[in-house]
Amino acid sequence: MSTAKAKKTDIREASEVSKGSGIIMTAILAILAILFLTPIFIIFMNSFKSRLFISNVPFQLPNSETFVGLTNYLDGAVKTGFFQAFGWSTFITVLSVAFIVLLTAMTAWYLTRIKTIWTSALYYLFVFSMIVPFQMVMFTMSKMANMLNLDNPVGIIVIYIGFGAGLSVFMFCGFVKSIPLEIEEAAVLDGCGPIQAFFRVVFPMLKPTAITVAILNAMWIWNDYLLPYLILGTERKTIPVAIQYLRGGYGSIDMGAMMAMLVLAIVPIIIFYLSCQKYIIKGVAAGAVKG
Amino acid sequence: MQKSLKKYFPIFALPTLAAFLVAFFIPFLMGIYLSFTSFRTVTDATWVGLDNYVRAFSNQDFLNASWFTIKFTIVSVVTINFLAFILALMLTKGIKGTNLFRTVFFMPNLIGGIVLGYIWQLIINGVLSNWGVDITYNASYGFWGLVILMNWQLIGYMMIIYIAGIQNIPTELVEAARMDGATKFQTLKSITIPMVMPSVTICMFLTLTNSFKLFDQNLALTAGAPGRQTAMLALDIYNTFYGRVGWQGVGQAKAVIFFVVVAVISLTQLVLTRRKEVEQ
Repeated sequence: MSTAKAKKTDIREASEVSKGSGIIMTAILAILAILFLTPIFIIFMNSFKSRLFISNVPFQLPNSETFVGLTNYLDGAVKTGFFQAFGWSTFITVLSVAFIVLLTAMTAWYLTRIKTIWTSALYYLFVFSMIVPFQMVMFTMSKMANMLNLDNPVGIIVIYIGFGAGLSVFMFCGFVKSIPLEIEEAAVLDGCGPIQAFFRVVFPMLKPTAITVAILNAMWIWNDYLLPYLILGTERKTIPVAIQYLRGGYGSIDMGAMMAMLVLAIVPIIIFYLSCQKYIIKGVAAGAVKG
Repeated sequence: MQKSLKKYFPIFALPTLAAFLVAFFIPFLMGIYLSFTSFRTVTDATWVGLDNYVRAFSNQDFLNASWFTIKFTIVSVVTINFLAFILALMLTKGIKGTNLFRTVFFMPNLIGGIVLGYIWQLIINGVLSNWGVDITYNASYGFWGLVILMNWQLIGYMMIIYIAGIQNIPTELVEAARMDGATKFQTLKSITIPMVMPSVTICMFLTLTNSFKLFDQNLALTAGAPGRQTAMLALDIYNTFYGRVGWQGVGQAKAVIFFVVVAVISLTQLVLTRRKEVEQ
């Protein structure tokens, strides 16, 4: 879809809606938008209330009796080790995404340009992995990670590369196929070896797909709960593991700490979203069309 | 080029392949083998044939979870796609604030399943406390809670895909229909809906697989309570593996069954998509 076309569509349809129904629709959408934001607002509001009042009166604003300032944030951060968790989540997500983008782009180029029975078998194997649910491999994979000493924050990156490979190789292959071979051949004639040709000529052209692949993988890895829980346990927690950890065994949840940690978990996501919204929405739409 | 590149397999393909074998492929093959054995770690497996599968299919928790998952998937797929499509129609009319609305509706999609589960647990329990109960009181509360949560999370995502589909409809087509005197409803029925069918296919697929494989949201919202009545398949498999000693083999057999069902759904979808592509 070209932008020019999209604009044309908008103009055409703007004239289609009468002023009256336009106002009604805007009003409906505004109410829906407020409804959509309410849950986040309620969590934010409750994060400043004493834990004793959260479950009883969740929909009341904090007042002089229930307001506790930042107590919940301090309690929660200490109980869950939230700031370490934030550090581990960032470390694991950033490095995994960087390696996934680089390595799967290289693999996709190789698999597309070398046409043998083995490379197409490999390609289909990667595609196949996309439809296998995590529960199928969860037990054996965590034992395997254990045996190979991959059950640490560095080893888990290897696991994420393996799990991210399916979708990422698939998406890169789709794009590499559309790159004319002549460009690479020209680079070779200029004296580039395959490594130089890839990094100087091919990889820069893959940028739009690389952004999509990076966003899709970052969203998944940042929010992933079960894989880091099985591999790293609760000793080195990522953010989702830290939040689930508050539920503990059989005791009741400290609702104050829970609310505060939910706010701390949501804030970085919202900042990230608002600052690269354009890429995220485009990337998600592109990923959906191809996946 | 081809020849010189071919030798570079260890640099270009081997790192990804090695990670893929360790994280996915070897565990996958081991998983299939272990589903026919009795084991506690992975090294003490003894062959038991189809015993695990028999036990899985006669396990009440598994049957409950299957039925719950199917019901949940059908209700979510219908509600999410219906609401997302209506929002997409409203947001392609060129009214003011379209971008702001789109931003707001999409946002919950980026929040992780565990966080989403606890957000809705507070809200649903807050509403139910008016009647002196909470979400674990009745399985249907957990069911509808999950449906609401899933709608909140996925409507914005599907809306984005439908908007792209609607904007791809050639302007001439709609103009021609209007010239011929088609009403708005006729245009919607005979032009918009048939033309966005590719988007419908994608959205159906995404909502179907996301609902069917749901785990994090389920764990955080109810963790299966009351009893195990609101546990979906993924959570039931997890409970079988890690909650019952000596049932690992059955857990693996359940996982294989789960995989086969997901694969059949995905492949059916693929075939249907291909057929549509040929028609166009």
